[in-house]
Amino acid sequence: MQLDLIAVQLFTGVALGAVFVLLSIGLSVIFGMLGVVNFAHGAFYMTGAYAGVFCLAVTGNFWFALAAVPLLIGALGLGVERFLIRPLYGRGPDYPLLLTFGLGYVLVEAVRILFGTDGMPFDTPSLLAGGIDIEGLGYFPAYRLFVIAVTALILLLLWLLLERTRYGLIIRAGARDPEILSILGLDIARVWLLVFGLGTGLAALAGLLAAPMRSVNPEMGVAVLVEAFVVTVIGGMGSLLGGAIAGLLVGIVVSLTALWMPQMSTISMFALMTLVLLIRPQGLFGRGLSR
Amino acid sequence: MNSTATDPGRRAVLGGGLAALAAPALLLRAARAADEPIRIGFPTPLTGPFGAEAKDQVRCASLAVAQFNAAGGLNGRMAELLVRDDKLNPGEAATRTLELIEQDHVACIVGSLSSSVQLAVNEVTKARGMLYVSISQSDTITEASDFGRTTFHEALNPHMTAGAVARYVFRPGMKVAILLADYAYGNEMAAGFRRAAAAMGGVEIVLEQKHPFGAADYSTFLPRLRSVKPDVVCICNFGRDQANSIKQAVDFGIKRLARIVVPVLLYNQRLAGSADAFEGVVGGANYYWTIEDRVASAKAFNDAYRAANNGAVPSDYGAYGYSGVRLMLEAMRRAGGVAPDAVIRELEGAHYDTCKGPETMRACDHQAIQSVLILESKAKSAMTSPADLFTVLATEEGKDANLRSCADLGHKT
Repeated sequence: MQLDLIAVQLFTGVALGAVFVLLSIGLSVIFGMLGVVNFAHGAFYMTGAYAGVFCLAVTGNFWFALAAVPLLIGALGLGVERFLIRPLYGRGPDYPLLLTFGLGYVLVEAVRILFGTDGMPFDTPSLLAGGIDIEGLGYFPAYRLFVIAVTALILLLLWLLLERTRYGLIIRAGARDPEILSILGLDIARVWLLVFGLGTGLAALAGLLAAPMRSVNPEMGVAVLVEAFVVTVIGGMGSLLGGAIAGLLVGIVVSLTALWMPQMSTISMFALMTLVLLIRPQGLFGRGLSR
Repeated sequence: MNSTATDPGRRAVLGGGLAALAAPALLLRAARAADEPIRIGFPTPLTGPFGAEAKDQVRCASLAVAQFNAAGGLNGRMAELLVRDDKLNPGEAATRTLELIEQDHVACIVGSLSSSVQLAVNEVTKARGMLYVSISQSDTITEASDFGRTTFHEALNPHMTAGAVARYVFRPGMKVAILLADYAYGNEMAAGFRRAAAAMGGVEIVLEQKHPFGAADYSTFLPRLRSVKPDVVCICNFGRDQANSIKQAVDFGIKRLARIVVPVLLYNQRLAGSADAFEGVVGGANYYWTIEDRVASAKAFNDAYRAANNGAVPSDYGAYGYSGVRLMLEAMRRAGGVAPDAVIRELEGAHYDTCKGPETMRACDHQAIQSVLILESKAKSAMTSPADLFTVLATEEGKDANLRSCADLGHKT
């Protein structure tokens, strides 16, 4: 097998990995900061894509949709946290898990009723249509490069928010010990509300960005929920850095498997997860069960 | 000893008594069956990635039933369509089919959209001696090993479809790469392309790349495909897989190197996908609505469908739903009843025209001999209406020579 083909395959894997990172950030943020396993993550992702279809139909502008969709679905997330998740805090992790599991079904059915069960076309924005010839790697779609850049930007902004701002300090402290935080007079409920909104907004953004690559349909979130879990589990539940590295790793493993055993490429990510769980049950960068 | 000697006698008396009691009930039931509706079980994957195709099959099948009933049914007996969601799962399909037979007492089964699911339905109908019209592509279903005397394959099969497309596109000296979904449909279509290439001679299959069924991202399969520098890329997958893989192949520049060809160019996937991605893609089809210009039965079918569906036109897989149900109901009408043996006699060797011009149900393997359309997806600028998606490049008329011979399929001739 030629070396240059392996190089191209590695690069494709990294690019795919960036998509995996993007798909899993929202899930990771909500679990890391709230300890809520959001089973509606895939549904929020799908809702984001449909909100994008709607915004495009109304305004015809992809960039407007890119700004509006995370805010719109983030606001939906705020409502979900305030009225559905909040009453369940303190009852153990299985309550919000079951609730979001059901909520995922409700969202999918709602979209089926509103938009129909068939898929919907979603064209690549004209500015990013086509591709560029990369020396040694061949033709690569411009839109995917854009997605990689956006993913890197999101990671950077999230890191700045969590590690470099006062608000980030409060969020991290809340994840460590919410009780002390309330004793110090901080409104922890508001922190959690905003974090949940942030997580759902990120899921929706991922859905919108994926739409021009994967097309839009009510079931598009099902596989994504699984992929996001695999990445989050490998990276370590709640670790931003872990999620990023795990996403890239999964992308590379899937891509190289596609080269040698293409029909096994979907399964390869689960094999990787199994391996990581056997060797390091808390995930590559997980803190383990401290709470 | 005494008791054992009397036992058979007692059993006989009991049995006779029971039979005497049951006789009027049986007679009653037979009498009732004559005016009971003819129930048609219709398993189809309403949910899942083939949902768009499945729903159109239901619309078209319902149309065939409505027309049968409007024409007076079978001496006044009306037909009734029982739609069941097989969820694209062979186990689910087998269970639903069994329920349709055992609980709903259907007279026949028509349907199933996925190649692997239809094989599961076929196992159930074969074992129960139930009439079945299959409307999903498969080569194996008519082979001697899978053959059921109550099963009739109204859909095209991969050998005919991929063969027709290959005969239109392939030329000696070409290099062909195949990307296929790793399940029955993908493998059978790839085999169809391979056989056609071998028959033509001088066509080299340079790569066969499998992908998992239902993959969302195809980027990792494309570098290898590009590296073999093919003239033609055959993409053998179905439903959303088709729209997604074509879109991503085009994104990765495959269309700049090679002609993209699919065995079956799907109307609904072109609708859900984008005109730009599909532009210039060539593929086969059992049906496309514009053949109404030259086929009278297609005109009648389209008009009836338009009237029932706000002016929309039927899709390719929808047409299978219509022709499958209509074929069966007309055979029952000719047979004067729903008894399988009589209906089989009417179907074997039948010449008929439901919606696409003349077809023949080959007697030896129960495969419908029919035309294959070669379509090309239009550029957005060339479309005159939202339904104007394809150009019909050619029509390969149905002939026995384009099918594998019955001896080849393992049937005694």
